[in-house]
Amino acid sequence: MYLAKVYVTYKPSILDPKGEAIKDALHRLDYENVATVTLGKYFEIKLTPGEKPLAEQVDEMCDRLLANVNMETYRYEITELEA
Amino acid sequence: MKFAIPVFPGSNCDYDLLNALRDCLHTPADLVPATTTDLSGYDAVILPGGFSYGDYLRSGAIARFAPVMTAVKAFANAGKPVMGICNGFQILTEAGLLPGALQANESSKFICQVSPLHVSNTQTRFTTAYARHQDIKLPIAHGEGNYYCDDATLAELKAHNQIVFEYVDNPNGSVANIAGIVNRRGNVLGMMPHPERAVETILGSVDGLGIFDSLLMNHVQGDAHVENR
Repeated sequence: MYLAKVYVTYKPSILDPKGEAIKDALHRLDYENVATVTLGKYFEIKLTPGEKPLAEQVDEMCDRLLANVNMETYRYEITELEA
Repeated sequence: MKFAIPVFPGSNCDYDLLNALRDCLHTPADLVPATTTDLSGYDAVILPGGFSYGDYLRSGAIARFAPVMTAVKAFANAGKPVMGICNGFQILTEAGLLPGALQANESSKFICQVSPLHVSNTQTRFTTAYARHQDIKLPIAHGEGNYYCDDATLAELKAHNQIVFEYVDNPNGSVANIAGIVNRRGNVLGMMPHPERAVETILGSVDGLGIFDSLLMNHVQGDAHVENR
């Protein structure tokens, strides 16, 4: 069994109003040194080897569903889980 | 002219649309479940607003893979009219039937108001009933209606007159004030404003009727070839 950790974040050109709202709240809590906050999505996907190499499959899943490549970019790590 | 209204779990403007079509325009319309795979017998498909699949992941991201969407794609590829309102627009962009994407409103607020719009293209099968450069008012109600596309896509949209509705005061931050676009072929329309909520004087506006009138008119005239120009 393998574990794919997938991180999806907005491209720099895309507005992240939720991140901005969280940054403002942190400032209100007196964390004045917080410069930026970006909110993204994190997925943990457990999967077994399939017909394609796993990295190729994860790329495909990101492109087709997990990320909207118009607005978002993604990265991932794949590790083998101990039985 | 018979309309199909696909209903996804979480759609909530489906009955508004049904009311507009059946009761106000007196044209046959059916709610069809998202599991439908056959749209034969229908002349147009309108994807309603709402929060399909709870907006999980992204607005429209899950609905795009509902069984009915395979049929909707085939329907659109056959040149028949397909329209998406609000969440329906989000679904059409996620499905790749329209370019670009809808991101969160610039203000980060959900906006619910009547918005003045400019009909920028009256040559589509959805807008021939409007006067050239007509200004109309339609309700908007969305948190993620901020249309985004890259510069190359925007240039394409402009070059082929695909921008159909523009906000007069751009309430959500959309690129080029875009409120609604058609695909290059002109048979798929996506828009954030709600024409189905502006079809009776008691609702405060009848400016939405033009879209449905246009569809009916272009169908009755047997002119299935009103291409975008």
